[in-house]
Formats: sequence, C-alpha cells, structure tokens
Amino acid sequence: MTRHIRHAAVFCALLLVALLVNAARVQIVQAPEYDGNPANRRPDIARYQQPRGDILVGGERVTGSRDTGEHLRFERTYADGPLYAPITGFASQAYGTTLLEHAEDGLLSGADPLLAPLPYWNDVTGAHNPGGDVVTTIHEAAQRAAFEGLGGRKGAVAAVEPSTGRVLALVSAPSYDPQLLSGNSADATRTWARLNGDPDQPMLNRAVRRTYPPGSTFKVVTAAAALDAGVVRDLDTPTRSPDPYPLPGTRTKLTNEADGCRNATLREAFEWSCNTVFAKLGVDVGVRDMAATAEAFGFNDDRLRIPFAVSRSTFDTSVDRAQLGLSSIGQYNTRATPLQMAMVAAAVANGGQVRSPYLVERTLRAGGSLVATAGSRPSREAMRPSTAARLKELMRGVVENGTGANAAVPGAVVGGKTGTAQHGVGNSGTPYAWFVSWAQGEGDLEPRVAVAVVVEGSAADREDISGGGLAAPIAREVMKAVLDG
Amino acid sequence: MTKAGTGTGTGITVAQADAPAPVARLPRRRGIELALILMAVLLSVFGYCNVGLAQHGTLPPGAAGYGAGLGVLALLAHLAVRLRAPYADPLLLPIGVLLNGLGLVLIYRLDLETPGDRAAPTQLVWSTLGVALFIVVVLLLRDHRVLQRYAYVCVAAALVLLIVPIFFPAVNGARIWIRIEGFSIQPGEFAKVLLAVFFAAYLAANRSALAYAGRRVWRLQLPTGRVLGPIVAVWLVSVGVLVLERDLGTSLLFFGLFVVLLYVATGRTGWIAVGLLLASLGAVAVGWLEPHVHSRVEDWLHPFASIEAGDGPNQLAQSLFAFAAGGVTGTGLGLGHSVLIGFAVKSDFILATAGEELGFLGLTAIFLLYALLVERGYRAGLAARDPFGRLLAVGLSSIVALQVFVIAGGVTGLIPLTGMAMPFLAQGGSSVVTNWAIVALLIRVSHAARRQAGP
Repeated sequence: MTRHIRHAAVFCALLLVALLVNAARVQIVQAPEYDGNPANRRPDIARYQQPRGDILVGGERVTGSRDTGEHLRFERTYADGPLYAPITGFASQAYGTTLLEHAEDGLLSGADPLLAPLPYWNDVTGAHNPGGDVVTTIHEAAQRAAFEGLGGRKGAVAAVEPSTGRVLALVSAPSYDPQLLSGNSADATRTWARLNGDPDQPMLNRAVRRTYPPGSTFKVVTAAAALDAGVVRDLDTPTRSPDPYPLPGTRTKLTNEADGCRNATLREAFEWSCNTVFAKLGVDVGVRDMAATAEAFGFNDDRLRIPFAVSRSTFDTSVDRAQLGLSSIGQYNTRATPLQMAMVAAAVANGGQVRSPYLVERTLRAGGSLVATAGSRPSREAMRPSTAARLKELMRGVVENGTGANAAVPGAVVGGKTGTAQHGVGNSGTPYAWFVSWAQGEGDLEPRVAVAVVVEGSAADREDISGGGLAAPIAREVMKAVLDG
Repeated sequence: MTKAGTGTGTGITVAQADAPAPVARLPRRRGIELALILMAVLLSVFGYCNVGLAQHGTLPPGAAGYGAGLGVLALLAHLAVRLRAPYADPLLLPIGVLLNGLGLVLIYRLDLETPGDRAAPTQLVWSTLGVALFIVVVLLLRDHRVLQRYAYVCVAAALVLLIVPIFFPAVNGARIWIRIEGFSIQPGEFAKVLLAVFFAAYLAANRSALAYAGRRVWRLQLPTGRVLGPIVAVWLVSVGVLVLERDLGTSLLFFGLFVVLLYVATGRTGWIAVGLLLASLGAVAVGWLEPHVHSRVEDWLHPFASIEAGDGPNQLAQSLFAFAAGGVTGTGLGLGHSVLIGFAVKSDFILATAGEELGFLGLTAIFLLYALLVERGYRAGLAARDPFGRLLAVGLSSIVALQVFVIAGGVTGLIPLTGMAMPFLAQGGSSVVTNWAIVALLIRVSHAARRQAGP
C-alpha cells in the first residue's frame, strides 16, 4: 500500500505543479495582455485615483476636481462649462476626453513622463505624479464677449493675436456643459444621448472642427493673390470686369448684390464686395497661383494642431475656370474653419506673415514649476508685405466706407471684410453670415487682434442675414474686449 | 512530495521525521509547533495591520482584538494537541492557523470595499466553532480506529446531508444550502469528511476481497460485485444527488476521492484508467446536457467572450484581470481592485485577491502551504499502521489537494470553474468547520502513527 500512497502523493504534486505553471502563465506571461484589455477597469481606477490638473484662463482655473469617494474617485468639474467647452472639451469617466482635455491628457492626468523628477523614475518606483496645469492663451473678456455676442444663435468665433498666433477666443454656439458628462452615472449617459441626438450638435466645436463656405471673406485671399501675381497693380485702376460676369465656358452669369460693379476698381469692388470682379480676378490669376496663396494662408493643411487638431480648410485645386471663378469668391468647394479665416485676417494685420495659432501658453507641474512654454512658433509668408499693406488699406475701407461699418471701434483702427455665404442644394440653405477683421488700438504699434465670426442664422432672420448686420457687431465686441485690456 | 524540509511563507525549516526508528519513540516536537503557531498568528496580525495601513494610513482599531482572538484560539488548540496527541505532526496545526488567519485578513480586506456586507465577523465566529470542533475531536476521539465502527452511521449521515438541500431553494443556480432563519450551512462540506471515513473503513475492511477475487475484464481484474457493489452504489448516489443539486465541484471531488482510495486500497493501476475514462465521459455528458455546466465550459474556453459581445467582463475574466494585475510581486495588501469580481469575491474567488495583492510569489507561498498540509497528511498515512488510518489520512489529504486544485484551477482559468471554497481561506462557515475537522483527524492519525513508530 505504501507504494500506492506515494503514487497518489506524486499525483497531488503534479496537480500543484499544474497550478503553479498556470498561475505563472496568467500572472507573468499573459499579464500585459490582460492588463491592456479595454474591459479591465484598473487603469481607469488608477487614473481617477487623484485629482486631475487644471486648465487656466487668465490666471483662473476653469476646471476643478470633485472627490466622489467612488471607485473612479475624482470627477471633473467645470466653472463656466458652456463658455469654455470649445477649449477644454470634456474629461469624462465614461466617454473619454476631447480637445485640450484630450491633447494635454498626459499632463493633466499625471501620466506624462515629463512630470517625473528624473527620467524613468516612475517606471522604477511605480509612482504616480500629480497632474499638471495647462495655462491657455485665452483672453477671458474676449471669450465672454464672443459667447454673449452669439447669444443663442448657431455660430462660432475665433480670435488670434496676429503677431504671435496666440488664440484669444474660441467660441462655438450652441454649447453644452461638459460637467454633465464627467461622471459615469445614469445622468451622464442620458446627457450623452441627448447631446448626441441634438440636431444643433452642441458638442461640435464649430470654431475649429466645422468648415463653412467662407463666401466673400475669401475675397481677402483672392485680392492678395491678384496683387501678388501682378494681375492688379493699382487699387484704383478699373479692373475691366463685366457685370454680370459669364463664368468661362458656361452660360451661367454671375451677378452682384451691389450696383456699380462693372469695371470697378479693386478698392470699390472690395468695399462693395463685387462677386463679378473677384471671380474674374481669380480666373485671371489662375488656379496655380490662387491655390499657392490659399495654401500659404493655411488652406489644404490637415496637420494644424493648436494642440488639438483643426479641421482642414479647403481650396479645390482640380477645378475648371468656371469653378475657379466660384472658388475665388468663397463658394464651390472652398471651405474654411472660423479659425482659418481668423488666420487670414491676422496675416493681413501682421504684414503678410501667418503665425501658427496656439492655445497653450505654458504647462506647469502641480507645484507651479514650468514644464514647457509655447516658445516661438513658425511663421510663413502668405503674401508680400507690400500686398499686406495695401490689403490693410482695403479692409479699413470696408469698415470706414463699406459693408462693415458695424465693426468700427471708436478710437481704434479696424479693418474688416463681410461675407454672406450661400450653401445647400441650389443655395437653398439659410446663408451664413461672416465677418473677418483686425483691430489696432490707439498707441499700438501693430494690430492686436484678428477675429473671424460666422453666424449660421435661422429661417427667421433669413431676409436680413448679412455679414455686416449679424456678424460684424460680434467681432466689434471681441476686438473691443481685447483692445480694452 | 517525498521530501520535507522546504520552508514556505513561515520561513521555517522542517526537520525530517520520516524514517521509522526501531523501538524508540519519536520526539514530540510540541515546542516547534508552539513556535510555528505564534509565527502564524503574528503573520496574520501583520497582514491585518498592513491592510489597515494601506487603506486608511492608520493601524486598524481591531488589530489587538483580532490578534488576541486568533492567538487564544490557536493556543487552546495547541494545548489540546499537547494534552491528547503529543506525538502528532507539529506542522498540521500551524498551517491550519496560518491559512485561517490569512483568510480572515483577506475577507476583512474585502469587507472594507463592501461596507454593506461584512463577512469577517461571521467568519471569525465560524472559525471559533471550527477550532472548537478541532479541540473536541482531539480531546474526545482517543483513537481514530473507533470511527471504523461508525462507518455505516457516517455514510447514512452523509447521504442525508447530501439529500436535504434538495428541499431548499437554489442559490445562484446550485441547490447546496440549507437555510434556516438567515442561517445557512452547506451540508455537502460535512458530507465529504463522513464519506471519506466510510470509504476508508469499507475499503480497509474489504481490501483482500477487492484485490484478489472477481472476474477479469480486458486487463482489469474486477472484484466481485458483492464487495464492490455497496461502495459503488454509495458513490453513485452521492454523485447523482450532487448532479441534481448542480454541485459539480463537489461531485468531482467525491469521484476523485473514490478513485484515489480505490487505487491506494487495491493497488491496481487499472482503477486510475477507469477513473479517468469515467470522469471524462461524465464531464462530457454533463457539459453537454447541463446548461449551467455548459456555460461554465464556454466561459473557460472563451473567458473574454462576454467582453467581445459588449456585455462587459464576467467573473472569470475579472478574476484573470486581478491575477494579471498582481504580476510577480503583487500590488500589496489592501491596494488591489479584486472587488471588481463582484458577488463571489469573498468565497469562490478569494484566491484572486491573494493573487492580485500578494502576487505570484504570495500565491506560490499559499499553494506551498496547502502542499505542505497535504504532504504532512500523506506522511501520516504512510506512517500509520492500520489500513483504515492509512486510507483515512490519504482520503482527507486528497480532499484538500483536489479541492485546492479544482477551485484554484477554476479561478485561474486552468479548468472550467466550479463553485467551491478554498480550504480555510474562503468565506463560508461549513467549509472552515469541516477543514478544522479534517486537520483534527489528521492530527489523530498522525499521533497514533508516530507514537507507535517502531516495530
């Protein structure tokens, strides 16, 4: 019997070996795979174990953290959520992160290795850094002016500092409160469903993620191309353009809203926004130079990050001459984000130089020490400085004598351009009211702010939708807010 | 498992106590037992404090009481052994104390995450009852051979205990509980000890008949039906009842117990082959016919299927995540998230908490503790002079070994999961009481074997 007891003991030993080998398989060999399984909540629990770093506007924290005492312990809170939602995005336990919360997530959550006291320190110690803070370039008063200016209307505002590219305001309306999405409760689920089902798309960041036909505001680009290419040499020489203008190779005749566009000078055509003149100019410049100028302004670039991605603004390069004519007045396939149009105005204001826009001034560790600053951003020549000077003159004329009178700021030099963009099948949609502008205060050496405003309008105000009427007053308030401090 | 001498979590080197010395009695080694018990208690108190420190940064208020309670229980058990079983193996009791103490720490640790459902106090009461039963058995059962006389009483009691839960409502798909006024026991746990006693007694009494009589089928020498019949009948009834109750783990355990004891008693390898064949056939049939089991097999084959289906991780997947999160060294007591496993985290899945917070190293230490317990049980069997004692010790040790394998293999994805209690560690009163009874019986066999060491 002894022998058989020993055999049974060996059998039990084999069972033990099987258990140990299998435990080693699970805990060592397959552990990384299991740890990385998206259904494993441990990384989330670790992530929400500490408060998130904050996003700052003008020295004030616009975000915060709340200790819920739950498994996912800290939830995000937002001060003025709807106002800053197009900048912060949301940080939700259930739905992830967007915009700055997403682009700076490593820093805010403390995962960024830059936060560690020494390289590889955390890998060795298993420590977790407290989240760092993100200081934005946003100008609080400008942001608020833009938000209040839009009121309930659908639309967006983007404002940048021309000399640096700092984004001063980024507003999208209608907006939403990201705090409602912070947790993982049933309320958050309901809010998520409601926001996603809302036909007004409150979570869409219209300032950077939506492209609109820029309409007449694109005439700034066309004028720059025409001046740079030498198609127009003098602002006050007649442009020998007919009214109506037959689009080349078609029977379609392009007309104007305003009178007196036949053979108008560039100055008159710009001030009164003559479609015929600019369509002809675009065709005369040719697709290659038109595209080159548009791309120098930032069109057709899908790599722009501020640090979150900005949708690609487009200028179609495979067009016939009729399509080129339409493209040159901001129709056909020409589309732009409000931020892109702010960059266009900023390039004019900044002597032809386009500065890459950016939203993060600097990042800080929890203690306040510096992690990184924005540093000097690359710039690119969108047009010759002389062309920029002449365009500035044209844009000032629009505000002083033309369609943009509503944007005038007392005591400041303001240049602008209105636009009313048709869209929809057979232009059936409610038109978009555009206004792009820049402003230079008394005593300023250079323009301090460039703005683009788009208002989507509604069926109710279809009759009086115009850039000058709807959008220019909003731009004026934003510029005033910046110039006032 | 032929060589002792490897220390485990206790860090104690165990002296060889195997080779039967002629005439001379073996040393008693009660001092070693006492030292080991104290270490086991200290280790448990240390774990208890560790949990409190990790969770709140302060020592838990009950640490002194917990240590004192566990210490007093262990000392009483030690005194009983010293008084009535002085020659018993000095490792058995300390291992029981350490495993039970560790189980209480793990349950207390999980209680902190489930404030509405405190299991540790109840478990402490049951542990006290278990130790009390241990003391009663060690004090009153002067000689384990007495049990042989009650073999048929045991089997009758076992069958009654197995059948009674049929008349009680099912809990989580298994009909294995008796619930009276919020008080629930799992009679199958007690039945396994009674059945081990019966099998050991019957096989010891009929050994020669089993080995030498009967027909030959293929290469297997069958005993006569008259001898084999009753024991097969008992086994079939108990497994049949368990299948009815959907307690597949326990039926597997009984089957394994039956085969091991039959093999040890008759010495015929054929029984192993027959056993394995029958087990496979039974497993396939049950897995095929029983939806409850079928889903367990599916879960085992595809632990992440529910994730892919969008339903989130099931308990087994959560358990694997917990083990994986522990890695080699573990997250540290009180710092894991095995509570994500859900409702069975303190019972069937308690090992996942150990795996996550103590890591592969801690898990290995726990497995080695069980291995040492089983090994000392087998050693008692080897040293015993009477066939009943030998078979009883082998049977009881095999119960522990098989149960550890079935549940640990289940929660780590080695075999399909069957709901069972990890001996001593898991929440469950019946289980902890039964395991103390097993240790008590092993102590008795061991004492008898070593006292008489020699010709």
